[in-house]
Amino acid sequence: MSATEDHVAGRPAIDRPAAALATASRVAPPPRHLLFWLAAAGLGAALVVGLRMIGNEYGYFAGYFILQYIVLASAWNILGGYAGYVNFGAAGFMAAGAYTAIALRKATGLDLLPGIVAAAAVAGLLGLGTGYLTLRLRGVFFSIATLCLAVVLQTLVVNWDYVGGSRGAYIVRPREVPPFVSYGEYMFVVMLVLAILAVGISRTVELTRLGRGLQAIRDNERAAEAMGVPTLRLKLIATTLCGALMGVAGAPLPYYSGYLNPEAAFSLAYAVNAIAMPLIGGAGSWLGPVIGAVLLGGLQQAATVTISSALNLWIVGWMLVIFVAVAPRGILGWFRKRT
Amino acid sequence: MSDADVLLRAEGVGKRFGGFVALQGVDITLRAGERLGLIGPNGSGKSTFVNCISGDFAQHDGRVTLGGAALNGLKPHRRARLGLARTFQLPQPFNSLSVLENVRVPLLFSGQSGSATARAMHCLEQVELAAKAEKLPRELTQVEQRRLELARAIALDPQLLIADEAMAGLSHAEIDQILLLLRRLNAAGTAVIMIEHIMRAVTEFAERLVVFVAGRKIADGEPRAVLSMPEVEGAYLGKQ
Amino acid sequence: MDPDLVLLLNGIVSGLLLGGLYAAAASGLAVSFGMLDIVNIAHPALMVMGAFTVVLIGTTLGLDPLLVAVLQAPLFYLLGIAIYGVYHHFFERRGEEALQGLAFFFGVMFIIEVGLVMGFGPEQRFLDPPYAFTTLRLGEIDLPLRMLAPALLALAALGLLYLYLRRSFTGLAIAAVAQDAEALRLMAVDPVRIKRLAFGISVALASIAGGALVVVQPVEPSSGQIFIGRVFAICIMGGMASLPGCLIAALLFGVVENVTATFYGPSWSPAVAFGWLLLVLAFRPQGLFGKAA
Repeated sequence: MSATEDHVAGRPAIDRPAAALATASRVAPPPRHLLFWLAAAGLGAALVVGLRMIGNEYGYFAGYFILQYIVLASAWNILGGYAGYVNFGAAGFMAAGAYTAIALRKATGLDLLPGIVAAAAVAGLLGLGTGYLTLRLRGVFFSIATLCLAVVLQTLVVNWDYVGGSRGAYIVRPREVPPFVSYGEYMFVVMLVLAILAVGISRTVELTRLGRGLQAIRDNERAAEAMGVPTLRLKLIATTLCGALMGVAGAPLPYYSGYLNPEAAFSLAYAVNAIAMPLIGGAGSWLGPVIGAVLLGGLQQAATVTISSALNLWIVGWMLVIFVAVAPRGILGWFRKRT
Repeated sequence: MSDADVLLRAEGVGKRFGGFVALQGVDITLRAGERLGLIGPNGSGKSTFVNCISGDFAQHDGRVTLGGAALNGLKPHRRARLGLARTFQLPQPFNSLSVLENVRVPLLFSGQSGSATARAMHCLEQVELAAKAEKLPRELTQVEQRRLELARAIALDPQLLIADEAMAGLSHAEIDQILLLLRRLNAAGTAVIMIEHIMRAVTEFAERLVVFVAGRKIADGEPRAVLSMPEVEGAYLGKQ
Repeated sequence: MDPDLVLLLNGIVSGLLLGGLYAAAASGLAVSFGMLDIVNIAHPALMVMGAFTVVLIGTTLGLDPLLVAVLQAPLFYLLGIAIYGVYHHFFERRGEEALQGLAFFFGVMFIIEVGLVMGFGPEQRFLDPPYAFTTLRLGEIDLPLRMLAPALLALAALGLLYLYLRRSFTGLAIAAVAQDAEALRLMAVDPVRIKRLAFGISVALASIAGGALVVVQPVEPSSGQIFIGRVFAICIMGGMASLPGCLIAALLFGVVENVTATFYGPSWSPAVAFGWLLLVLAFRPQGLFGKAA
């Protein structure tokens, strides 16, 4: 098409590229990727060293609990926070990951690390499939579909004897995994690495054009499409990524507890926390889910000692409702004027 | 008109909603760089036509090509990449993104090389919004929001811009601002279809006029000649 | 007669009765989701809450559960008005219904479910009114009163709603409010007041459906989760805002689900609901009777 080249060449010269660049660098500071990864690795190492010095197994337990929610909340945020599509099926995706790890172990004997990769693949495909069937419609239909997804997956697992059905499945844990001081530390470090990866992925999404495109979709899908944003493709990438990371969060679960039944794997706690944590921390920024997971996860961990787990979850439910009503931008919103 | 000059060719374009025929058998051919005014009473099918061309309606009757490429069945974002830009009757900014980011979005996905930020600033300068690059869309005045819409359209480096009532609700002086921007864009080679109720703007801008009434094209030609046609006066101007 | 055929016929008939119940459950959603465009995912949870209050009041006062279901409806109407008030004030008014509003209803659903677990325990609850063990017989077909009476109540509620929406001025305003709030304003009708009223009615319907449900089958706090798939599938399949569509879709759904349960076991019924929902969304999002956009 020669017309394109002609009219570009013939455009009146009102170019001021130098001035434009000067303004631009003031507006958008270049993302500091290396600094982020170094800081994350440093923080992770400090946590491992710190917990080893304390030398209490409960520290690893509480740490694992919170880190697993960092993965889950970051995963939710990629779709919910950036693109504005609500995934209610966190428990379903997480359980899909957990049961993939169990099935893989039973079928091939492969253990945790291959299990995590397989869980990412299975849960990612699940996200892609759900998205493909429903995302061409209004966003709420996707949400409704994910809402039912957990119930159906639970039905399938309960009827699937190979992975233990409703009785549950056992995984024999080794007492020690060198060079770690205990199995608890090993599980903690695995989840720590997964959490750093999940936060890093969600931050990378936010800072690249994928994130910008998702934000444009959240703000105005029709305008985004008219501006050349391939909305369906970006949404499918986001649902796949979201599902895969949720599956990753679930894969270590059977290894961690040594036993898993459908009731525990599909626990309502996952579904509500995956939504409450990003929204309370501040959806739309990679840091929000981390803040929410540390805060809410820490609170729940501390509270289980004194109150029942049902009351604990009830409080999370109330916090979710109150926060979305009173502070729709979450905790981060208090510190920022803009989203 | 030889085929080489044709930018947009719409043949027999029509659209029905249930039993209601909103648009029927419209043929429009547009040269590269042409300025076309599209007028008609409310409900005459102007916006329906725009949505058929832009791809907002996935299905319609007839055939549409842009620069020789068939548009039928393509999603709006594919058409945008082929050089088709549009503005909306009501400005549709990305509300949580800054003015600059609003313009960067089309650049990020256009496949153009170079820094999207620098190019976005360049687009903002062309519509004189560079000073407000860091503002949020809701902090802009109405005419500034219209200019932002145009900046986003310019960012697509379009061969054809469809300006759907880009001047509604603006003052006399503000209309002149928008007209100036459209003329500049046109001078750079972009064809423009202007859909407008403000007759002064259309007659000043357009070199050719198409009139829709009740979903059909009833006139197509040189503006003065079209406006003096009795059926146009009767169907459209007479009611003003 | 062939025993398989008898089984099938009975499956169809009790499916129709069950479908009547589903219709009442989904019709409230047709009002809130279909007409008001409020995605009330807490609707099934409110229904389960209605079932529990029927158990509580019915056993305490020794009243018939279906009577209690009707008597408690005004209370749920008020609850609905309160929920809509919060929703409107914090979300609808600000234009934040998409993400935050959905999260709000999810929170409400969650609070109800966990609240019921804390108040009543996670166990199943059920009621045996005196007619529960009577079964009418039409030839080879069984018509247990345990299912027939709740289905009749559900259908009566649905019929009344239909008449109200078709015949009364307020009812017509409800049907119009999502399409054209501006026109209502010109007629000096406050759209917010109309929506509040309609939302109250939809929650009242949920409670009646819940009361009817607990006569038919045991209910536990988490029953709402299974009903989400059912009621949304029915509501969308029926064309969102159409009560006759809702009824036909519900009857169809009840039959398919019940026949599946008869031949393959009841543990598969949630999968049937979800499968339908996905199929409907993928291939006929405009509903069985709607036209393609």
